[in-house]
Amino acid sequence: MGNEIIDGFIKAFQLILSGDPTVMEISGRSILISSSATMLSVLWGLPVASILGLKRFRGRFLLKGFFNAMLGIPTVALGLILYLFFSNAGPIGFLHLLYSPPAIIIGQAILITPITVSFITSAIESIDPEIKDLAKTLGASEIEASIAVLKESMNGVVLAITASFNRAIAELGVVLMVGGNIAGFTSVLTTTIALETNKGNIELSIALAIILLLIVSVLSISINLIQRRRT
Amino acid sequence: MKTVIELENISKVYGNVTALNLINLNILEGEVFSLLGPNGSGKTTLLKIMACIEKPTSGEMCFNGVKVDEGNINDVRLKTTMVFQKTALFNTSVYKNIAYGLQLRGYSKREIDEKVKEVLKTVRLEGYEKRPAKKLSGGEQQRVALARALALDTDVLLLDEPTANIDPKNISIIEEVLSRFNKERKTTMVIATHNMFQAETLTNRVALLLGGKIAQIGSPQEILKGPSTDLASFARLENVFSGNSKILQEGTSVIEVNDGIEIEAALRKSGKVTVFVRPEDIIVSKKTVPSSARNVFKGKIVEVSDFGPVVKLRVDAGKEFVVQITKRSFVEMQLNVGSTVFLTFKASSVHLI
Repeated sequence: MGNEIIDGFIKAFQLILSGDPTVMEISGRSILISSSATMLSVLWGLPVASILGLKRFRGRFLLKGFFNAMLGIPTVALGLILYLFFSNAGPIGFLHLLYSPPAIIIGQAILITPITVSFITSAIESIDPEIKDLAKTLGASEIEASIAVLKESMNGVVLAITASFNRAIAELGVVLMVGGNIAGFTSVLTTTIALETNKGNIELSIALAIILLLIVSVLSISINLIQRRRT
Repeated sequence: MKTVIELENISKVYGNVTALNLINLNILEGEVFSLLGPNGSGKTTLLKIMACIEKPTSGEMCFNGVKVDEGNINDVRLKTTMVFQKTALFNTSVYKNIAYGLQLRGYSKREIDEKVKEVLKTVRLEGYEKRPAKKLSGGEQQRVALARALALDTDVLLLDEPTANIDPKNISIIEEVLSRFNKERKTTMVIATHNMFQAETLTNRVALLLGGKIAQIGSPQEILKGPSTDLASFARLENVFSGNSKILQEGTSVIEVNDGIEIEAALRKSGKVTVFVRPEDIIVSKKTVPSSARNVFKGKIVEVSDFGPVVKLRVDAGKEFVVQITKRSFVEMQLNVGSTVFLTFKASSVHLI
């Protein structure tokens, strides 16, 4: 058994270093899909987080509570709900998105939206409330002052986006339900690792797992280094 | 003189708390006006209303004769700026901090470079452009905040306790810059302070703010020199003593304050009284000096605070006294914490509250 694992690692490294087309294709697709999902979640999550972090309104507390609660949503349950929506009998079945990359992007984006919103809201709230007043007293309008606060919270915002991407690329439940792991079309790192392990193709699984860990680690370390240089 | 800011019946209520209660005030062009009052008296709220970053619950404000409303509030904001008590800086370089307000006003890069350089020189922080603002010392940070405000060359400069919590060296730099700027540019300044000495030396007019109301308004001499019940309720008033007063045969009174300390006062009042002695009316010497003064106490210096040209000493003489002497006297007498000194003041320097 021990030798099999060592053998698996050796072959995995060979696959990576030789630039195996399957490994490269699956990795590339994973990065593309999860980046798109992260962008989508930032696109709708950033304005929501800005309002939650900067404005005081009735129901704000409830809305914040909702996004915090959604951080722990069971991914398979979300996957099932999305499956029902995307399936031919579902309300948006006519778009024929099920088992396609756009379905995975939308699924991942919905899944990571609570992370994006909650983390960015916290980052904005952690900024000294006097910064907004300061910007105004230097001549900023309400919108310009809000942008000044967002700029101040940029480190936290970048961290929230990184966490969202890492969560998206590591996601399995939703991706499997709405993507279906179709080789050459919707197979991504996590779904391929799960299925190839079951099939006994351990070296491919290890190679893909190493790549997944590398993507997450390199991204996090790079962001950390950039932020350290900025401050 | 032209009125720049006119406040009419301004009130501000937060929940059940009334922070400001029917404030009527005119700030005149080119004057240095101080809002003197203890913590929680409403100074900051009043400044924020003048800076148009806080809306009053009721009442109205006019700027250069025009009522401030939603339609012109952004324009008024461009003509005023405020320096906060707790130094607020953007988490970026000194240059970008100062450039922010200038960029909002549409200055070119070259003009901004020049202005930043000029104001940094004014606050004696030449060459600090690239430094991260938040990594400077507390005093330097406050000087950056002041430079950022000065760079905008606004009609009105609002300063909330600009020298609180910083060291004496930085205090004297900031006070000197403010004084010079007012003289050279004729900038109208409103300074919120709890420091009576600052109100007296820096400003033309003083408003004493107590519990959200203006208790008194006038020149520093009128407010600070005479005995006043309002001034006495100001928490930071120094050398306030209470005790039983007995009228002596000579016509003066002797007040027995706690711990066996007796103060002779040129008053004719018996029973429970509260009096105060201004710190600058107390003479400090290393030996007893023969004089006509009726009050002499021996004590030890427990604290020294440097205020540039003058030094404030806290002396424990059974009761704690605050004494103000010139820096020169302090140096010549070779005083320090722990030095034994004699405090002398006349009976007529004791004011009844």
